[in-house]
Amino acid sequence: MLTLDSKIPVAPIEDAWTYHKNNNLRLVGPKNRPKFKVIVVGSGLAGASAAASMGAMGYNVECFCFQDSPRRAHSIAAQGGINASKNYRNDGDSTWRLFYDTQKGGDYRAREQNVYRLAELSTSIIDQAVSQGVPFAREYGGKLANRSFGGVLVERTFYCRGETGQQLLLGAYSALEEQIAAKKVKMHTRHEMLDLVVVDGRSRGIVVRNLETGEITSHAADAVVLATGGYGNVFYLSTNAKGCNVTANFRAYRKGAGFANPCFTQIHPTSIPASGDYQSKLTLMSESLRNDGRIWVPRNADEKRAPRDIPEEDRFYYLEERYPRFGNLVPRDVAARNAKDVCDQGLGVGPTGYGVYLDFAAAIEEKGIDAVKSKYANLFEMYQRITDDDPVETPMRIYPAVHYTMGGLWVDYNLMTNVPGLYAIGESNFADHGANRLGASSLMQCLADGYFIIPVTIGDFLSRHESGEITTDHPAFKETETAVKDRLNKLLAVNGTRSAQSFHRELGKIMWEHCGISRNKESLEEGLRKIPALREEFWRDLKLPGNPAELNQSLEHAGRVLDFLDFGELMCRDALLRDESCGCHFREEHQTPEGEAERNDEDYAFVSVFEYKGEGTQPELNKEPLSFDALPLAARNYKT
Amino acid sequence: MRIKLHVWRQSSRSDKGRMESYELDNVVEEMSFLEMMDTLNEKLTVEGKEPVAFDHDCREGVCGMCSMVINGEAHGPKSETTTCQLYMRHFDDGAEIFIEPWRASAFPVVRDLVVDRSAFDRIIQAGGYVSNHSGPKPDPNSIPIEPNVAETALDAATCIGCGACVAACPNGSAMLFTSAKASHLGLLPQGQPERFDRAKSMVSQMESEGFGSCRNYAECEAQCPKGISIAFIGRLNSDFLKASLVEPIDRRGDMKAQ
Repeated sequence: MLTLDSKIPVAPIEDAWTYHKNNNLRLVGPKNRPKFKVIVVGSGLAGASAAASMGAMGYNVECFCFQDSPRRAHSIAAQGGINASKNYRNDGDSTWRLFYDTQKGGDYRAREQNVYRLAELSTSIIDQAVSQGVPFAREYGGKLANRSFGGVLVERTFYCRGETGQQLLLGAYSALEEQIAAKKVKMHTRHEMLDLVVVDGRSRGIVVRNLETGEITSHAADAVVLATGGYGNVFYLSTNAKGCNVTANFRAYRKGAGFANPCFTQIHPTSIPASGDYQSKLTLMSESLRNDGRIWVPRNADEKRAPRDIPEEDRFYYLEERYPRFGNLVPRDVAARNAKDVCDQGLGVGPTGYGVYLDFAAAIEEKGIDAVKSKYANLFEMYQRITDDDPVETPMRIYPAVHYTMGGLWVDYNLMTNVPGLYAIGESNFADHGANRLGASSLMQCLADGYFIIPVTIGDFLSRHESGEITTDHPAFKETETAVKDRLNKLLAVNGTRSAQSFHRELGKIMWEHCGISRNKESLEEGLRKIPALREEFWRDLKLPGNPAELNQSLEHAGRVLDFLDFGELMCRDALLRDESCGCHFREEHQTPEGEAERNDEDYAFVSVFEYKGEGTQPELNKEPLSFDALPLAARNYKT
Repeated sequence: MRIKLHVWRQSSRSDKGRMESYELDNVVEEMSFLEMMDTLNEKLTVEGKEPVAFDHDCREGVCGMCSMVINGEAHGPKSETTTCQLYMRHFDDGAEIFIEPWRASAFPVVRDLVVDRSAFDRIIQAGGYVSNHSGPKPDPNSIPIEPNVAETALDAATCIGCGACVAACPNGSAMLFTSAKASHLGLLPQGQPERFDRAKSMVSQMESEGFGSCRNYAECEAQCPKGISIAFIGRLNSDFLKASLVEPIDRRGDMKAQ
């Protein structure tokens, strides 16, 4: 049984964070900070901002990333923008409104005090980023511009063209490089964390592999912060970068950290479909396209004509027919489920049969070609670059893709896991988005965690402990190092016939089929039979070239795939246990007549926290009950 | 499609390296260039040979990790396109394709097509930031910025730090990269206090890393996947000249990073 003390301050929600800082959190004085060593794993928005902030405060920080530079982290690919309740548009926005939107969007499966704090800190993030020189879009008078985003009624999204994530990450990266130059942060690039070292129940450091030389080394610290992102790549095909993985988080889980809500996965309805079995990743197209596009598939499964030659009566505008009120603008999850449904019926288009048309012909006829083109110029260009089709001439083909994972390591209000001294920030924790994340909220969460929360809360933990008590001479480090080396050697010794890539692809297909857009009991149980069988085959038939003492990308990948195999099972188990539909978790057994998710607040208003019980033993489910004092439960309704 | 590949193979930093040839006959036009490389690696793995190491991550043209010289051009034949966004339809059936790593003394080859670009991080460390702490800051609207200026700064900030400019330059100069960061910050009010100091220290770091001098070949702009303009080099040169004419008084002492 895990001890899950959420440490929520006892104060009205509007004052909770200030009260907590003033009354509950102890500080470390500037002279003492350099004595405390803090390890940050990951250098994306959360990791870079945390490392830079703590370095500037004077802590002795070491930061690790597996890429060749901290600037490569996948936060860089976020396109749309970042939310902040500045209320610059005078349209009724407020901290409370952003809190409400985020909690409602998450279908009431998040801890409301965390969500409120996120909303409260949102405005400071914009101030911080601008002070670093992040060039947000400006209006003619030189003031910041805003755009609107899905699921909300105000304009609160700040943006830099379609590259907001890139500019915010470069801001955090430059702050990090400043601290590296000042020797406050030591950066380790091309290093991958392969295990966590726990001594007497407390996190004491990590074991990493130098990806260039293959050397395995230990690093001790007074606290470890994981900023290691999401695990969408368990599906093989996702909008994540190729390197994104669950290894750091999963290793922490195996060492005692609770894993919360692993099955909560956000699937985006409009990505460019896979074109064949060789497909390595999926590229997102902005959802705004649905404002002007009509979605359809041919009525007949054996349709051979080009889309433009198919007459109206042979086209199936399935969203317009099934949801006459909302048509093509139904919520993300409904759009995604219906696309899969028509493709499963054999009506899908494109070389793989897994795609639907998004047609701009009607909009072009109504508004004119120039109006439509100017609205979507960069998206049309991006689509054409990838597919070689011009969306003006022929309908786009789109299909849903895995995009973001709301689940992650369980953390308390201080962002500390249940393992003392181990923190998780950004996408790698579970805290703020419940069962579904709103657009433009992930950048906000990463930076709130990194710039403003962790630098304060970590001091409380450190102030209560002596610095540097344990060094890498402690036997626990040697033991962990040996275990890591043994695992790598075991992988290399299999000497079968199949590449790690082929296993990853197969796992992805199982996850998509059984734990994807919609889930049901039978299918999840089947998934839970298929994954262990695949893992057995993995251990029997894996082929890994090269040796462990050099740059070996196949070996890196194999280790990640192995953790994905174990983790996929945990996801299916969570999805099976959560016998309700909420947010992105859609159990076919629980839906309204309109096909919307049907929550069961009586039995499932809790966070599922899984506790590792050893190899071959089922994990134990722990529950953190959720309370809804500030914002009473209500049905998620985007219709009226 | 059937293609013949000639790929640079080098087992470590100290290995001399050589070109090796491979034939692939299951390539399709819709494949991205890196998916073609995945296919090659899958084939090599199953045959028990060592796959080709190459850097890649986001595969949507923004992380800056992918880095191949394809038929003599950084990121290949299509303009304003990273390697990961290049598709096999840009090549003919039966094509012979030569694939090499970035070639520059400041970017040593680590293995096969993987190079060490840490010199870029060190140029940023020399001043590619606005000195700052995390904490309360003035409201951004209290410092209005002309939208044209903000957009030009963003044009420069769009640099993804891939290093194609260096690979493309006959001199192996990193001026396009350095000037993009210096201009991004130098254009904005937030970057003014350190503007001239930044120009000087970033250029000096660039030189000490072993990058060559800019001779206005403009190959960097031509092969930059983000279309960064060499006008930014002019801007940096101007700031650098001004900074060099006046001996700066550094009052920050120990607070100064380098």
